[in-house]
Amino acid sequence: MLKLFFRYSKGYRFRAVMASLTIALEVVFEVLIPFVLKDVINEGIFGEGGMQLVVEKGLLMIALACISLLCGVLSGWFGVSASTGFATNLRQAIFHKIQDFSFANIDKFSTASLVTRSTTDVTNLQQTFMMGTRMLIRSPMMLVASTIMAATISGDTSVIFAVTLPIMAVFMGLVAIKTYPRFKRMFEKYDTMNRQVQESLIAVRIVKAFVREDYEYQRYAFRADEVRDANVKAEKLLVLSGPMANLILYGSIIATCLVAGNHIIAGDMLVGDMSSFISYIAQILTSVMMITMIFVNIVMSRASAARIMELLTEEIDITDDKADPNLKVPDGSISFQNVSFSYSKDGGNLTLRNINIDIKSGETIGIIGGTGSSKTTFVQLIPRLYDVYDGIVKVGGRDVREYTLKNIRDAVSMVLQKNVLFSGTIEENLRWGDMEADHDEIVSACESAQASGFISEFPDGYDTELGQGGVNVSGGQKQRLCIARALLKHPKIIILDDSTSAVDTATDKKIRDAFKNELSGITTIIIAQRITSVMDADRIIVMHDGEINAIGTHDELMKTSDIYKEVFSSQQKGVA
Amino acid sequence: MAKKGKGPMSAPGGRDANKFRRPKNTKATLLRVFSYMNEYRARMFLVVLGIVLSAGSNVFGTYMLKPVMNTLKEMVDLAAADASYTPHIENIVGYLVIMGLGYLVGVFGQYMYSRIMIDVSTGTLYKLRVDAFKCMQRLPIKYFDTHSNGEIMSRYTNDIDSMRELISQGIPQLINSTIRLTSIFVMMIIISPLLTLLTLVMLGIMLGVVKLLTSKSRLFFRRRQQALGAVNGYIEEMVEGQKVVKIFCHEDAVKGDFDELNEDVRKASLAANTWAIVMMPIMGNLSHLHYAATGVVGSILAINAIGNMDIGSLTTFLQYTRNFSMPITQLSQQFNSAMSALAGAERVFELMDGEPEPDEGDVTLVDVVWNEDGSLKESESRTGIWAWKVPTQDGFELVKVRGDVRLEHVTFGYEEEKTVLHDISLYAKPGQKIAFVGSTGAGKTTITNLLNRFYDIQSGEITFDGISIKRIKKADLRRSLSMVLQDTHLFTGTVMENIRYGKLDATDEEVIAAAKLANAHYFITHLPQGYNTILPADGANLSQGQRQLIAIARAAVADPPILILDEATSSIDTRTELHIERGMDSLMQGRTVFVIAHRLSTVRNSNAIMVLEHGRIIERGDHDELIRQQGKYYQLYMGIFELS
Repeated sequence: MLKLFFRYSKGYRFRAVMASLTIALEVVFEVLIPFVLKDVINEGIFGEGGMQLVVEKGLLMIALACISLLCGVLSGWFGVSASTGFATNLRQAIFHKIQDFSFANIDKFSTASLVTRSTTDVTNLQQTFMMGTRMLIRSPMMLVASTIMAATISGDTSVIFAVTLPIMAVFMGLVAIKTYPRFKRMFEKYDTMNRQVQESLIAVRIVKAFVREDYEYQRYAFRADEVRDANVKAEKLLVLSGPMANLILYGSIIATCLVAGNHIIAGDMLVGDMSSFISYIAQILTSVMMITMIFVNIVMSRASAARIMELLTEEIDITDDKADPNLKVPDGSISFQNVSFSYSKDGGNLTLRNINIDIKSGETIGIIGGTGSSKTTFVQLIPRLYDVYDGIVKVGGRDVREYTLKNIRDAVSMVLQKNVLFSGTIEENLRWGDMEADHDEIVSACESAQASGFISEFPDGYDTELGQGGVNVSGGQKQRLCIARALLKHPKIIILDDSTSAVDTATDKKIRDAFKNELSGITTIIIAQRITSVMDADRIIVMHDGEINAIGTHDELMKTSDIYKEVFSSQQKGVA
Repeated sequence: MAKKGKGPMSAPGGRDANKFRRPKNTKATLLRVFSYMNEYRARMFLVVLGIVLSAGSNVFGTYMLKPVMNTLKEMVDLAAADASYTPHIENIVGYLVIMGLGYLVGVFGQYMYSRIMIDVSTGTLYKLRVDAFKCMQRLPIKYFDTHSNGEIMSRYTNDIDSMRELISQGIPQLINSTIRLTSIFVMMIIISPLLTLLTLVMLGIMLGVVKLLTSKSRLFFRRRQQALGAVNGYIEEMVEGQKVVKIFCHEDAVKGDFDELNEDVRKASLAANTWAIVMMPIMGNLSHLHYAATGVVGSILAINAIGNMDIGSLTTFLQYTRNFSMPITQLSQQFNSAMSALAGAERVFELMDGEPEPDEGDVTLVDVVWNEDGSLKESESRTGIWAWKVPTQDGFELVKVRGDVRLEHVTFGYEEEKTVLHDISLYAKPGQKIAFVGSTGAGKTTITNLLNRFYDIQSGEITFDGISIKRIKKADLRRSLSMVLQDTHLFTGTVMENIRYGKLDATDEEVIAAAKLANAHYFITHLPQGYNTILPADGANLSQGQRQLIAIARAAVADPPILILDEATSSIDTRTELHIERGMDSLMQGRTVFVIAHRLSTVRNSNAIMVLEHGRIIERGDHDELIRQQGKYYQLYMGIFELS
């Protein structure tokens, strides 16, 4: 966690140090005040000093308090400035890291957990950082300074601390160590409980349709009860610390009265000394208590730090390491040579086995296959969204790993099955394909994707605002916008992963015609459920269980492939 | 409206709820929070007692310093005046013992109230949570349409969390600070009314500072929440579409936009936090100033022997000044968090007060057996034969569930003035398969949502086996039909548990049989732990098609007389669909089935196909009839029209 603090406080380290320094100064001045007061009492009231001394010393004390106040305020500002800076750096590091993630990295973390890490967890650490630079300096300083001052007044009496401090420290340490696992458990239970609320909210129709309200309620009550138990268990220990600290504090005060009382009677200590001494006891023991509280807090924010570290140290498995930055994709040819793929790194459970195929530049390839036959996995290897487990994927005659990610992905445009539009206007969304595109280019891409018709029907046309996730367009319209966006990249290869499933067959046909006529130079790969979507492709690949089952034209496959024939007939049955 | 997916994280409500808000009706809300603590009344009494003991002993213990110091001083003075006098430490031991006893009582009180408070706060929170959940389960679907998941979720997280702080720390601290402040003040007056005047001046300054700082920081906090909301929203949206960002190589552009928003947050939180954080050192040092001033003034009083000032009184008074600022700081901090906790409580209560689903029906669904004479008899055990138990004037009547569903002149709108369905009439005979075809927004899903009374119709009538569905108890109505929806939602748990959701007491064999029926058995057995494989809620490790197969199995295990399939096979490829067709056929066998499908091949063999447009049935008939009519269905079928 310290490493994390150090690394991401860059640019704000001076302020962090200043926060610590100023708070240390604050402590020094603060601690001096009771010391001066001792003189006021001893020499002013009992001694010879009289009014003049009292006023002088009084002004001194007020000056000390003012300097201390100034230091305190400065320290507050430095501390806040450093900790917000740290949080800004950390948030940026996390977000940039996520941007660099490969698909495999993204799959590993859920969206919700990525968001929590970059929001709640960062806020937690920000607070810990702030505490670390200020309170964690203040309390030990206070402890040391007060002890020194107390020892200066009466070394003998301060032996009391030698007894009480270790007892307090050990006790507080024990409480902190014992409570941490209990709190951790409580937070786990808490997450489980809230997850259930979330699930039953998302699936509220299922819950109601199956009349499972009571069932859900009982499960929730059970979990809420678990949280309660875990909470009681954790706090039961924690509440011991307050009374225990006070017990020790009070014990110390009484012991001081006895020891110091003896000294006063013996004449080697003054009454004012004892008054100040008691002030220091309170300061010392409050410091110890603060230190333990901070400790408990740090221990608890360890979970946040661990979660963030896990993300920041996540190894990005697809990089430009072996790439030649000058290498551009020359054409749209694709070649798979003995390709195997697994979603797990050790190659267990192969999703694709032994794929071999050569696709010529400009060819149109259809892919058909059942649920779970790895069609998507297959095409995702082309823009290097994942790396192969074994074998080579070549684009334009070169291994995809030889191109930079930018170059390969600029050349290979892919329309995802589960696609997303961002908030902003339609035009802004389309520009994702090409930032510099002029309006005519955008319109032309939309015409190819058969989207220009419905866009111009919107009152604001291309300036129509889309909400998050593009909620105010229908599924079919969204798919066509995504195709237009992909076309604007002017790719060498375009991959449509079931991208027209919500588009009617007639429009689907128009899109394919546009691809054929206007974009004939582009290698087109179409994954589809509907056989009509791939029927007129140059070649059709039939996938089954992670392998290529058959390749050929529609007519060939109708003769040779049983699976293809079955798919065909499943979609033809009943047509008169 | 009904189908829009609302991600729990994407909703703005979650962020919105962070905003600093003041409760609308502080007193009523506070009383209602207290009402949750009502059953802990006796214990709360002990808590208050404990706090009084703890605060009192602290004040008392400090007060006992006065005789100790004075006795010591007297003895020193006596010894100085009279050489034969030997001072005895025993003279102060008595005071110390009293002081010690006082402290012990205080420590005991402190432990007592802290420990009891845990039970009270966790118990109260438990009750609140469970109550909120229970009330939420009773809310109609309409509520969930108009409130995003994120918004509702934040009541369980943000709002209940801030209440947790209020109950477990806020309330005891409020009591504690008030008691301490008053008792310290009283003791100050007793010791020295003159020095107390000084305290009053300081108190005025402190309150002024608190007021100034909190009003400043509140202003900036609002700005900070906005900036934070903007950056969190951006993170959510981009992370959600992360794969698209990657495909378009937009990482750098996105990073740039993010950095700007992030910098805004830094500036806004710097301002907000600075105002909040400087409160501590300012208050702390004002207290030191107070301490110093008291020391000086007190010494002057002592030297000039004004107002009975002696060393004991001064020491004690000085201790009190040290303890004086703490409760003020705490009170001012607690006041703010109490306000936002109450605003949170108000939102939780708002959820609880949501109008529950109306359920006025008295007809129930019961298992029956045939008597030998052909009449029906209610049965305790599950028989697979169901009947509606209709109360009559003299007892009740059993009507066999056959699956006869009729809609007569049904008109409906999600909002009163916006009619979605116009004058829909249809008749599904027992065992028939009725299909709905039409564009998005034509009202297909709406009709099925009316059958199970997710929504209530505005006019017309819907009857099951001749009984108006308004007369049937909602739970029983819904038990009589099963739904498979396009968005298949699974729950965290094993595959087995997910399928069993359809019928909680289903045996493993029944579950497996249902999975086989849905053609899901094969892929399930290939999962790492087969039926015991744990699925995360979003079913991430399954394809959409596989999830739909599980949802079909879930409906199959429920074994209801009526079945609704809303795009239930949309993500299953046609070949697999063909394979599960036999299973689907046997699932539909003997049941009345309503089917909504985009893919016309799925609806082809229906007994009747309803073509909907703008909430009206424009064509009806079986496949061949509709093709012959050469109307809309024919055009759709030939791919001339688009279903969007």
